[in-house]
Amino acid sequence: MSEMWKITLRVHRQKEGEAPHFDNFTMEVNPDEYVIDAVERAWAFHDRTVCFRHACHHSTCGACGMRVNGVEKLTCITLMRDVTSNGATLRVEPLRNFPVVSDLAVDMGHFYRKMERVGARAVLPVSEAEIENPPGEWPPQDAQYIRLSDCIECGLCISACPVMATTPEYLGPAPLAAAQDNGIRRKPELLSVVDCEDGVWRCHSVFECTAVCPSFVDPARRIMDLRRQVVGARLRNLFGKA
Amino acid sequence: MDITRNQPSARRFWSWFIPFRRDIGSWAFALNRATAIGLTIYLFLHLIILGKLAQGPGAYDQFLELTENPFIKFGEWLVVAAAILHGLNGIRIILTTLGVGITRQKQLFFGLMAIALVVILIFTARMY
Repeated sequence: MSEMWKITLRVHRQKEGEAPHFDNFTMEVNPDEYVIDAVERAWAFHDRTVCFRHACHHSTCGACGMRVNGVEKLTCITLMRDVTSNGATLRVEPLRNFPVVSDLAVDMGHFYRKMERVGARAVLPVSEAEIENPPGEWPPQDAQYIRLSDCIECGLCISACPVMATTPEYLGPAPLAAAQDNGIRRKPELLSVVDCEDGVWRCHSVFECTAVCPSFVDPARRIMDLRRQVVGARLRNLFGKA
Repeated sequence: MDITRNQPSARRFWSWFIPFRRDIGSWAFALNRATAIGLTIYLFLHLIILGKLAQGPGAYDQFLELTENPFIKFGEWLVVAAAILHGLNGIRIILTTLGVGITRQKQLFFGLMAIALVVILIFTARMY
């Protein structure tokens, strides 16, 4: 028989007209289950009004991002044994820096609009993807293939970024990483979007975006690279080589 | 519905200083904010003290006597420690911005803070 733990799931609740508060749900869980399973159990067996976002259950849709014990996690791939223990409390809260729609569900609209603004690509040619050990030159028959972008637009980086917490106009890690992925040489119109007060220069090198990213996008490294691209574009403009 | 509570706002700057449970980058960020605020406050105090010169040598000498006070001396120690921590942490930020050590920023932080600790200890031994 599989090992079972008794935990208290402490869920952030916030409905229209109500003050935010926490509800506790005591339940038995398998430590090898994921945090989303505990949230679903709270909804299925304790309170059908618990509101949360989820879809794919395998870290592709990016819908189930939450703060687990204060840290941003994609709950469908966060093992219970990694974030709690037998008899302990597990706290789940909505992502920061997004309007709360209800309980754990947040409105991602503003974030998606920023991703659109930088022309974030959902898919990209495999020859342009950052992959391990790429061939020196892509054979023409392989260059036609496309693959999904690494970023699943889960918003964890937006929630973890302390600069984002104080500056709603800041583009934020994921949109800046998407801009870097496009490249200023390929999309020169991005220069005015990212080379501004609330663009690439607003980042304060906290690296929390990279720490919480479940998809290995490494936004912090991409932001630093985007700065290099911006400086390069400025120099080219200065010497009339645009 | 109070949806504004969870949204970005300049009033939430206090969250910069709560790095608990976060990665090392947040601790480095909080340290840089705290030392920057401390050094800015010191700058104003320094200018006020320099203003004593305009009131004549007597007023300035009277202030200098105060510097022997252990609390003022500790304040001076704090200023030097903050400057060392802030400066070395700043070097980490400059390096990573230039693309150096981005994947090793944690080690870079620990290394530079170890140097800061040694320098602060040497300064403390000389000061007291």
